[in-house]
Amino acid sequence: MSVFAFYLFAISVITGGLFTVISRNPVHSVLWLILAFLSAAGLFVMLNAEFVAMLLIIVYVGAVAVLFLFVVMMLDVDFAELKAEMARYMPLALLIGLIILMQFVMAFGAWDANVAAETLRTQVVTDEVQNTAALGMILYDQYFLLFQLSGLILLVAMIGAIVLTLRHRVDVKRQNVVSQMMRDPKLAMKLNDVKPGQGL
Amino acid sequence: MADFFFNTTLGTILLIIGQIFLVVIPLLLALAFLMYADRKIWASVQLRRGPNVVGIYGLLQSFADFAKYIVKEVVVPAGADRSVFFMAPMVTLVMALVAWAVIPFNDGWVLSNINVAILYVFAISSLEVYGVIMGGWASNSKYPFLGSLRSAAQMISYEVSIGLIIIGVVISSGSLNFGDIVRSQSGDLGLLNWYWLPHFPMLILFFISALAETNRPPFDLPEAESELVAGYQVEYSSTPFLLFMIGELVAVVLMCALISLMFFGGWLSPIPGLPDGIFWMVAKIGLVFFFFSLVKAITPRYRYDQLMRLGWKVFLPFSLFWVVFVAFAAKFDWFWGIYARWTVGG
Repeated sequence: MSVFAFYLFAISVITGGLFTVISRNPVHSVLWLILAFLSAAGLFVMLNAEFVAMLLIIVYVGAVAVLFLFVVMMLDVDFAELKAEMARYMPLALLIGLIILMQFVMAFGAWDANVAAETLRTQVVTDEVQNTAALGMILYDQYFLLFQLSGLILLVAMIGAIVLTLRHRVDVKRQNVVSQMMRDPKLAMKLNDVKPGQGL
Repeated sequence: MADFFFNTTLGTILLIIGQIFLVVIPLLLALAFLMYADRKIWASVQLRRGPNVVGIYGLLQSFADFAKYIVKEVVVPAGADRSVFFMAPMVTLVMALVAWAVIPFNDGWVLSNINVAILYVFAISSLEVYGVIMGGWASNSKYPFLGSLRSAAQMISYEVSIGLIIIGVVISSGSLNFGDIVRSQSGDLGLLNWYWLPHFPMLILFFISALAETNRPPFDLPEAESELVAGYQVEYSSTPFLLFMIGELVAVVLMCALISLMFFGGWLSPIPGLPDGIFWMVAKIGLVFFFFSLVKAITPRYRYDQLMRLGWKVFLPFSLFWVVFVAFAAKFDWFWGIYARWTVGG
């Protein structure tokens, strides 16, 4: 049962990744990417990491991929032409890919894992502590400062993005929300007292 | 027999499929009558009769509509992306239905009792936006596309405040499991024990956010007839349109179920002494749905910029503040400890 589920998710991750690359239509690419994300979330569930799985769906599929989809749908780019241009760089890309593959083979071939590490990896969380609680303990107790630091980095990035896009143009007509809300309803509309069952 | 169902792979799969049907079929049947109720309530507010021809008091109206939809011709626009065009309504319906896997109807009556149930529902409801985007894009037409962009932006905006409100309830109950959330609301005081009292501002915020998240009036901007024809569904007809409609309504009922689980104690009885049970859960879902349809009838539609302002500048800061407040109240036992009702951990 679980072996079947594993192969189902694994195959659909790989299929999703493959079609993300080879699809002609960029929107289809993003949809395949979403399939890959979802299947990866399934694999996380099988590893008993359900919190990470749900976070993967919420953050990557629910937010990041929607943004991708928006951008891809709005851009008017001829992707076929772009792809044709990409063919020029194919030899270089293949070379780099080959080097990375060789590095991976060498690294993992020489990797002599401890026997205890194998059991630790399969049993990430003990049965008494829930996965979510365990992650919370680690993040907010043990690595509290690092967690705060990463939050600070994100805050700086957010402020940077806002500063880069904030422009005060003088020739734009702006809405004054307060004055809209302070409008007197008596001057703006007429109220009729409707008797039940009679209508106007 | 029991051995076959609980100990063999095939038996387990058959058992799960049977349970799925046990949830989905009553849900879809109830949906037919909820759709009828929705139209009746809307009609009574506007002093109309509403559907009253098919069946006694028009009770079978939804089934007549169903038959009408499925026998109509499926029209596909010439420039449409066929595969995505047909996938979009299916995504909408499937995403709306799979969320029910973790909704408990009574103590222990749940398809899948997972630890992260509330996150799962949140994740699935964040996927519902894909049906909208895919439908609008695949139609290859301007009005559906604009409608889908509006709709998607709206759904994403209100998801943020919904997430923060959920966090407040989770802090109070100390668990992400719906069963534990409901059990943490039980007590000697009946309905005064439920979270609607300590989390009252969030109940209102969640209700409004749920209206926006499910594209219900007064936030039905994607279908604003006067400006956008019918939003992302313009090019859809027949069964695909029906799937969109059912999917949307299932999402609405899911939101009702979420409200009754998180704020109104799910299957718990409101009066101490009366037995708890599934009928309380059903009654609470029905009550919240009544308010959903009442709001549809009595409120005028929002303007789009007002909607966005409300989501980002009012709801988001307020729910963020509330999370901090609940965290402090739970940690330091303010207000006689009503904010900290941890049944597990702590």
